[in-house]
Amino acid sequence: MQALRETLHETWRFYRKTLTLVLTGTREYYLWCLLLLSIMFLGLLFYLPQVYTGLITTNMKDQVVWGLYIANFTYLVGVAAAAVLLVVPAYIYQFGPIKEIVVLGELFAASSIIMALLFVMVDLGRVDRFWHMLPLIGSMNFPNSLLAWDVIVLNIYLVLNLLIPVYLLVKTYYGKEPNRKFIVPLILFSIPMAVAIHTVTAFLYNGLPARPFWNASILAPRFLASAFCSGPAIIIIVFQILREYTFIKLEDRALFKIAELMAYAMFLNLFLLMSEMFKEYYSNTVHIASLKYLYEGLHGKNALVPWIWVGTAMNLIAFVIFLFPAMRKRLSTLNIGCILIIAGVWIEKGPGLVIPGFVPDPLGEIYEYMPNFTELFISFGIWATGLLIFTLLMKVAIPIASGEFSHAKYIEERPASDWQ
Amino acid sequence: MRDKLYTRREWIRNLCLTALSGSAISLISSCGKEEVEDFLQKHFLEMTREEKEALITRLEARYLKKYGRKFKVSAQEAIPDTLWGYGLDLSRCIGCRRCVYACVEENNSSRLKPQSQWIRVIRLKKGSLVDLENSEHYYNPDLVPEKDFLYMPVQCQHCENPPCVKVCPVHATWKEPDGLVVVDYNWCIGCRYCIAACPYRGRIFNWAEPNVPSDQWNTSVHYLGNRPRMRNVVDKCTYCIQRVRVGRYPACVEACPTGSRKFGNLLDPQSEIRYVIENKRTFRLKEDLRTEPKFYYFFEA
Ligand code: SF4
Ligand code: SF4
Repeated sequence: MQALRETLHETWRFYRKTLTLVLTGTREYYLWCLLLLSIMFLGLLFYLPQVYTGLITTNMKDQVVWGLYIANFTYLVGVAAAAVLLVVPAYIYQFGPIKEIVVLGELFAASSIIMALLFVMVDLGRVDRFWHMLPLIGSMNFPNSLLAWDVIVLNIYLVLNLLIPVYLLVKTYYGKEPNRKFIVPLILFSIPMAVAIHTVTAFLYNGLPARPFWNASILAPRFLASAFCSGPAIIIIVFQILREYTFIKLEDRALFKIAELMAYAMFLNLFLLMSEMFKEYYSNTVHIASLKYLYEGLHGKNALVPWIWVGTAMNLIAFVIFLFPAMRKRLSTLNIGCILIIAGVWIEKGPGLVIPGFVPDPLGEIYEYMPNFTELFISFGIWATGLLIFTLLMKVAIPIASGEFSHAKYIEERPASDWQ
Repeated sequence: MRDKLYTRREWIRNLCLTALSGSAISLISSCGKEEVEDFLQKHFLEMTREEKEALITRLEARYLKKYGRKFKVSAQEAIPDTLWGYGLDLSRCIGCRRCVYACVEENNSSRLKPQSQWIRVIRLKKGSLVDLENSEHYYNPDLVPEKDFLYMPVQCQHCENPPCVKVCPVHATWKEPDGLVVVDYNWCIGCRYCIAACPYRGRIFNWAEPNVPSDQWNTSVHYLGNRPRMRNVVDKCTYCIQRVRVGRYPACVEACPTGSRKFGNLLDPQSEIRYVIENKRTFRLKEDLRTEPKFYYFFEA
């Protein structure tokens, strides 16, 4: 009884302290959160009419039924997968500098998955019926529908990526050693899951013979390769920011190591793209239509052409930057490369993958889709939500990792009134 | 097998839903009774006969209130030993689109903003019959037919092997025993995965609340067919399930001025569609995808 009361008391203290941590900060911190909150609010203002009038408030039509939301979803799944795959070398090779990244990387993955799931939710016409998809309660079409698979693996992955870092952090808070028997299998399990979320998402498109653009077996490998570029690129930038604003001391060496991995990934990505290009252009069958629409326009319709070329150019330049150690080992060029990759892969993997699948439609009609303000602002709102979640997680995780926020400290500091 | 599975599942579901609705009493009392009913409504195939009847009474009352018209909602089941099949004579079709508009009226499809049509007639150059990439969807001459073109109406082909059913994450769409592919509009979550999967553009999304002038409602409806839909769900051609299950022709068959459209039971050797298959040169669209459409295009031999 006494023990239970103590535990409850302790938990409550922990929450209270966490809340204080989250609610207090520098001026910059408040401004940043305020900015994110207002973007989220704006997104909500656009989302409500979409729910109550219908998806007609977007620019999607029967010809192109998925647009910006699903594009962002696809991209974020890749980012989330890659964030964890970065964690692997830290554990397996005990590569010192990366080890600090583990907890943060997984929290980042969790934030990305939450964003990805939010993008699916805003795309659903009837969110009110979401429970139809839940296993047992609803009527999930498992194992036939890849969307059902995706919901399952994404949620498992989300739970893993919250469980592992939270467990490690709580242990650190109490100054205890984590139970390796418990946590190592979980971490190892998160590796195949990272591959799984990405593969399943690729298969979601891949399994549609009606859409030749996606119905190519190279799709899943391409997904993985491009995710290995964009995910780490974002991480490199995020960690530099954290290093700037928090105590976290991250050696440049760790960043350069990641950059080296990215060079290989980008090579693979470009190689797979080239293979696909060769097959389509050399055989030149009817299946080339979507690819043509994307890269050179079809029947005079070419809305995506400038985008994809800018994206491809970005990827190529970034590849060159990462290829030469001299360039990837200088922070300024490294950062340029990362930003190019983040944007380039977004274009290629997001809109560049989703939209051409629908153009031309199965009866040959071409509808040139471009997102409208509703879609843009809702998307910004979701990105802001993800960033806010990540910021708040960091606000708690970093002081714990640094030892600044710990149980031992609390015991030292607690006021006399708490004694008894 | 389905039944057994569902009893256990139902139990769990009821438990969860009770908990859910119990904990959300304040929320639920703040929104209308209709919303609650809709929210808790079961999958059509899992309802008992009594539940279906209650549902239909409820819907009829609701439609009366909402649209000011007295609807007759049917939930008639498939006639045994039938498998509906369609035939379309490409040498006769003149591309007048009367079927398109007959369908819109029969099936209570949205008229304007958005306009929703289940049949699409495409115009192809003579000499390249299935070159869909060069099809014209919005041809609009003063007079049809035009000399150099032929016309191909396309609607849901009621595949025996329907990819749309395979991909739906929630079983909101399925193939009935008589071969009709239908949607439970109250179960669909509006993800549009089925539209992505359909190779024939057979499925249409209700991007907004469908809009039909109140004097133009067809009040004789089927639950799985032409009953009034709601926003953000998918719908599609059902070969006029409300008609064919009571022995009538689909509306498009009746509307066609050239008699290009044939319809019948594929299992009945005496049916029109069997005659077409045996005596004409038929083909099906995109047979390479193995969707096995029950929609046969043919030419006068
Ligand atoms: S034509 Fe399309 S909608 Fe109709 S059954 Fe086949 S796949 Fe489904
Ligand atoms: S839109 Fe509706 S019918 Fe189509 S796949 Fe999604 S839930 Fe199923």
